[in-house]
This record gives sequence, structure tokens and C-alpha cells, in this order.
Amino acid sequence: MAATESLDTDEPEKGSKPAGRTSSTTRYVVGRVVKAFLTIYVVATAIFFLVRLLPGNPVDVYINQQIAQYGMSYQEASNAAAGLFSFDPNESKFMQYLHYLGGLVQGDLGTSLLSPGSSVTSQIGAYLPWTLFSVGIALIISFVLGIGIGMAMAYRRGGIFDHAMTLVASITHSIPNFLLAMMIIVFFGVQLEWLPIANMRGAYSPGVHPEFSLYFLSDAFYHAALPMFVYVLTSLGGWMLVMKSSTVETLGEDYVTVARARGLTDRRIQVQYVGRNAMLPLFTSFVLSLGFVVGGSILVEQVTQYQGIGFLLYEAVQRRDYPVLQGILLIVTISVVLANLVADLLYSRVDPRIRITSKEG
Amino acid sequence: MTQIVDTGTMQPAQAPAPDEQGTGAFRTFVRQLMRSKTGFLGFCVFTLMVLICLIGPLLTPNDLPTNTNLIYGPASWGHPFGYDSEGRDVLIQVIDGGRAVILVGFLAALISTVIAVVFGALAAYLGGRVDSVIVTATDIVLTVPSIILLAVLAAFYRVGDSITLAVILGVLGWPGLLRAVRAQVFSLKQREYIEAAKLLDLGTGRIVIREILPNMASFILMNFVIGMTNAIYAMAGLYLLGLAPMQGDNWGIMINFAWTRGAIFFDGSLGYILGPVLSICILQLSLVTMARSFEEILNPRLRHN
Repeated sequence: MAATESLDTDEPEKGSKPAGRTSSTTRYVVGRVVKAFLTIYVVATAIFFLVRLLPGNPVDVYINQQIAQYGMSYQEASNAAAGLFSFDPNESKFMQYLHYLGGLVQGDLGTSLLSPGSSVTSQIGAYLPWTLFSVGIALIISFVLGIGIGMAMAYRRGGIFDHAMTLVASITHSIPNFLLAMMIIVFFGVQLEWLPIANMRGAYSPGVHPEFSLYFLSDAFYHAALPMFVYVLTSLGGWMLVMKSSTVETLGEDYVTVARARGLTDRRIQVQYVGRNAMLPLFTSFVLSLGFVVGGSILVEQVTQYQGIGFLLYEAVQRRDYPVLQGILLIVTISVVLANLVADLLYSRVDPRIRITSKEG
Repeated sequence: MTQIVDTGTMQPAQAPAPDEQGTGAFRTFVRQLMRSKTGFLGFCVFTLMVLICLIGPLLTPNDLPTNTNLIYGPASWGHPFGYDSEGRDVLIQVIDGGRAVILVGFLAALISTVIAVVFGALAAYLGGRVDSVIVTATDIVLTVPSIILLAVLAAFYRVGDSITLAVILGVLGWPGLLRAVRAQVFSLKQREYIEAAKLLDLGTGRIVIREILPNMASFILMNFVIGMTNAIYAMAGLYLLGLAPMQGDNWGIMINFAWTRGAIFFDGSLGYILGPVLSICILQLSLVTMARSFEEILNPRLRHN
């Protein structure tokens, strides 16, 4: 917050040297890509050791279970475990680790414990798109609405509109999204019976097949409507408040005063000088919030019975389907990391200050 | 940090006033809260809830009798939330169930604030290699969606008791705080009086603890409150998924039981689910309004005048 003041002062010298600028951009891009891969590697490694080396590891549990329940020999049981967790328990730990990483690179996340024959990758492929669909669209809606309302609040600071919206934002911002979903279901679904909650379960209606048609699209929106409404309502308040404070801060900047002194039209100042600059800091958190909402989707999807990745995770947790659990954690992390990477690279194109920010703030 | 308010700039205080350290911090805290009406209201509601949850259980019967005649019994004046699936009064359970939520939230926030402040301050103050290691670690933990990580961890290792739950939540909750603390220390360390302290060779530890951190008291407190809301959100979520310890009285357990046992489909049992849900929402709202009024204090341009 306060660090930005010191950042602006370094800018002129950096911008004035085109050659230095290119190399620092390249270094930034390479650094960002390396960091993204480092994150994915660390998470994958952490998962391997969590599953293998800590007490109560599911591989041994599974092997012992198979021996006890079905009278398998140790060899048979560990072969089965090898297929599930995509490494061979008879190898040394280090070789197991290498094979595990090798499998990951080829997209092999093992096989589901409870639906034999179904690979973790295919399960995630069937559920993740629905979460990205509902969360992504909801995030765009709440971001655009929040930017608009937040700016309006900043310009009418202290007025009734500002006060009312701040109150609304505080309330929606503080209610946990899955509890809001519960309350909507209790009141509008069960008590008033306005929402056909039983029909709205799942990602699409039974008998309908995913295809690119208006009919399917409207069906998908019908099923996603409740979780999307919940995401929009609970994240809107945050955007409004952040945009308001960012706009208020931008309004105090010297270049806005200069623009006024130059006699530019209010509209131009509002859109090009204030709006654009106030919005920039929100861009990164926009993508970062994708990760938080995807993470939070496990709760909302469980409550609304929307069949996205969160729903699959809940099922896997309930049935202790460890390969699916570790696969979801890894895939969701990878998608969040890639989204952040893309956002950061785009952002550095939009805002030259990012190079300095990445160093200091 | 009353100076900020008086001068009307958003610079952190230029020099620490003597009475702001130690015992003065609480007075400053209350005085600052009084400035914002909603913030003060949030503070009052929060205090009231804490008192009810800490003292309330002493006044309610230890063992709630199960009564089959009262299963999902309707609400009445004496029992505004009605009865649960075993015919026990819901209001008493709500009073008894807040203690664990508030304590776990508080403990988790305490743990993550300590981690964030110590490492955030060190990263910003020492800079260089230490800084880049801490920042990289923070970025990695920040990108992994923590609810999913919590769910996976809890599925691998059954969480035994609330203290363990608080420790797990606290250990995963620091990255956001750390970034904020680091940015703040980064700007504070460039102020003149810190330069002066460095010239006097007062020692890193002393400068960080005695000169830099006291100036961030409000800021840290605000982030502590935010940390508490995050921990409570995650805790309620873990209870909903059935991954937290399911013993004792707890709002999270109540929500889980009411939800999984289908209490929402009986008119009389509406209070069973609404009681704990509303309690958590009001608790979160009071914390968020408090945090927001701190933000207004730290950034006076946001204030209405």
C-alpha cells in the first residue's frame, strides 16, 4: 500500500533506456516462468512425501487392506497399489519419486481407488471444466460490477449511496459463501419453494449431452445459476471496497490534479486517468482470487450439489480416495499457477511499474 | 498512531510517541475504534458474543436431556431456535458452541500473525537473499488453494482435537499477512528515524522490535482480525465437510448435523440450522467491520469528511 510512493520515483530512468528495458523484461518473464514451474514442482513433491513418508500412509494402508480382505499376497497387493498411486512400492524411495515425477509429466496421476479402471485424469477432466465455467463467469460479473460500483462510491464519497453500498458490501463480504448458499436453499428452495433445487442439482440435466448449442448452454446456465449467484454476491463487496479505496487514492495523485489543470473533460479524467490507474492494482488480485474461489468451490458445490471439481473432491474425501485427492490438489494448483502466470505476464505489458513492483512490493 | 489522523496524511507516524508502546496500545486501540461508528458497533457486538460464549456455558445445564417428544420441536419464546433431531434445545447449544469457534479462530490467527510478522519483518529488513527465499516460499503457499490443501491434509491425517485444528489453520494462514507486513516494514524502514537508529548501531533485533513494530500496531491488529475471519471460514468449511473433530458443542458440528440429517426440510427445525449459521455470520460481520474501521484509520483518505 504505502510502498507504491517510493516506487514511482525510480521509474523515469528505467523507462528512458529502451535496451535496458528489453533485457529486464526478458529477465522478468523468465523469472516468472521459472517460479511457476518451481511452485508446481514443490507441490508435486510435497504430495509425494505426504502420501508416502508420514504415518498412516495410504499406500501401506491399501496394501494391508487388500491382504487382510482378499487374502492377496504382498506382491499382488503392492502391484495393485503401484497402479493406483502410479509408482512401484518395491523400488527404492528415490526411484519411486523419479517414476512418480515421470508419470506426472506424461499426465499419469494414477487410478481411482473406488472406481477401478477410471483414471484420475479422466475424472478431473469431467469435473474441472464445470467449476472453471461457473467460477470464471461469476468472477467476471462480480469484477465488472464491483469496479463500476466502487468508482461510483469513490466519487460520491460520504453520500447516502456510499454509506448504503459500504454497508451492503460489509455484510455480503463477511458472510461465508457456503453459508449464504445454505440460507438461499433453506429459504427460497425449501420454505418458499421458489427455486426448484432438486432440478438444479448437477452440472447439466440428465439426458442432455455437452455440445455447442443454445439448448445445452441454457441448460448449463440453469444448473450453474445458484453457485454463480452465490460467488457473485459474496465477492462483489470485496471488489467494491478495494476499487473504492484505489480510486480515492488515485484521485489524490498529482497527475490527476495536472489533468484537471489542463482542463480535460471530467469524463476523460474519470475513465483514462483515474479509472485505468485505479483498476491496475486490482488486476493481479482478480486472477489470484480465481484460485481462492476455485478453492472455495468445494464448499459451495457441496451445498448446491453442483458437479464441479469441488463436488468430486468432497466425494473423494468422504470415501478416502487418495489418488483422486492428490490429483485434484495438484491439478487445481497447476491451473491457479498458470492463471497467475498469464495474468502477471499480461500485467507487465499493461503497467510498466510491474518490473519495479516485482522487485520491491 | 494518532498522528496520522491529526495530520491527515497517509504516512505512518514519523516517530513513536512514548505512551504508544506497551499498555498505551490498548487505549489507542479503543480510541481509534470509537472514531468509526460501525467499527465501534462491530467491536461491541464482538465483545458481547465473546462474553456470552465464554460465560454462557457456565449458566446452562451441562447435560442436555434428549427428549423424543420434542424432536424438531417448534420454536417458542423460551426456546427461540426450537429443538434438534434429538429433542435438545438449540439455543443452549448455540451458546455453548461458540467458545470453540472463537478460541480456534483466535489461536489460529495468533499463530499466523506471529509467523507473518517475524518473517515479513525479517524479509523486508534484511532484504537480499533472505528476502527472496521468504518471498518465494510465500508465493508458493499463497498459490495453493488452502481449503483444498486443508481438505486433503485432513483426509490423510484425522485431526484429533481443536488445538491441532487451530495449529493447522494457523500454519497455513500466514502468506497473505506476510506480504502485507513486508510491504509495510519496507516503507517504514526508509524513514529517517530508522536510519538514525541504524547509524546509532542499535542492533537489528532491537530496531525491528522496538522501533518498527510498535508503529505497525494498528496495522497488525487489522490483519490479525482478518486472519481470524479467514480461520473461522476455513474451520466452518472443514466442519461442513466432516473433516474436523466431531466432538463437543460447536457451531460447525451443528451445521454439519443439521445439514446432513436433513433438518432443513422440517419447519420446526429451521432454528437448528439458522442458529449456528447466523451466529457465524454475525461473528464474521463484527470482525470485518472492525477490520474496516482500522483500514479507515490507516488510510484517512477513505474517511468521510
